[in-house]
Amino acid sequence: MADTKIEVNCATGKVSEIELTAEEVAQRTADAKAYADAKAAEDADKAAKAADKAALLERLGITEEEAALLLG
Amino acid sequence: MPTTFTKIASVTVGSGGASTIDFTSIPSTYTDLCVALSLRTNNDPDGGAYGICAISFNGSTSNLTQKRLQGSGSAASSFSFSNAQFPVDGSANTASTFANGSVYFPNYAGSDYKSFSIDNVMEQNSTTTFMTLIAGLWSQTSAVNQLTFSAVSGSFVQYSTATLYGINKS
Repeated sequence: MADTKIEVNCATGKVSEIELTAEEVAQRTADAKAYADAKAAEDADKAAKAADKAALLERLGITEEEAALLLG
Repeated sequence: MPTTFTKIASVTVGSGGASTIDFTSIPSTYTDLCVALSLRTNNDPDGGAYGICAISFNGSTSNLTQKRLQGSGSAASSFSFSNAQFPVDGSANTASTFANGSVYFPNYAGSDYKSFSIDNVMEQNSTTTFMTLIAGLWSQTSAVNQLTFSAVSGSFVQYSTATLYGINKS
């Protein structure tokens, strides 16, 4: 099934359901890439924070539970 | 403070679904715009967690940035992205549930850069359910006359809705 969009012309009130143009399909592809890039950055950020946390705990010689007790 | 909300247009997705909801020829006669959203997609680009909605301004997704605060149900996090995307319910989420939220565009017809905020929650019978608060900026001086909401992957399912309001300040 072709990708469709619902277009509302706010000046006229006309509502149309039409197939996406090639340009709009390309935009969707770009959106998907932007999402994938953002998700990769998000995952990398989480991994970096987890690594930093683990390294700090190791330097301190305490477990995560012990750190929670200290901060509680 | 906004004193009036005037419904400009409303869309409910039909049985065939729709990849995109596009408000065009938005009049510049209001002070602010607000879009109320209830969205679900039939796809899940995150491989099991949620769908994604992307906003385009005047047909463009360039010159966009956002700062996002996000709660997952078990952890809080913050991110910076160069887009106007946010999580909504997708195919992996509890059946027949929809994300709901609003996007606010102050001074959309002015000549400064356009800020916007997104306040959105997903609905799901699960511990992991994202609530998102976004401060965004479209770094363009053009008046906003078109707002497009797209499912990044797949389509918005039947009964998804988007309602555009114009707001006048006294």
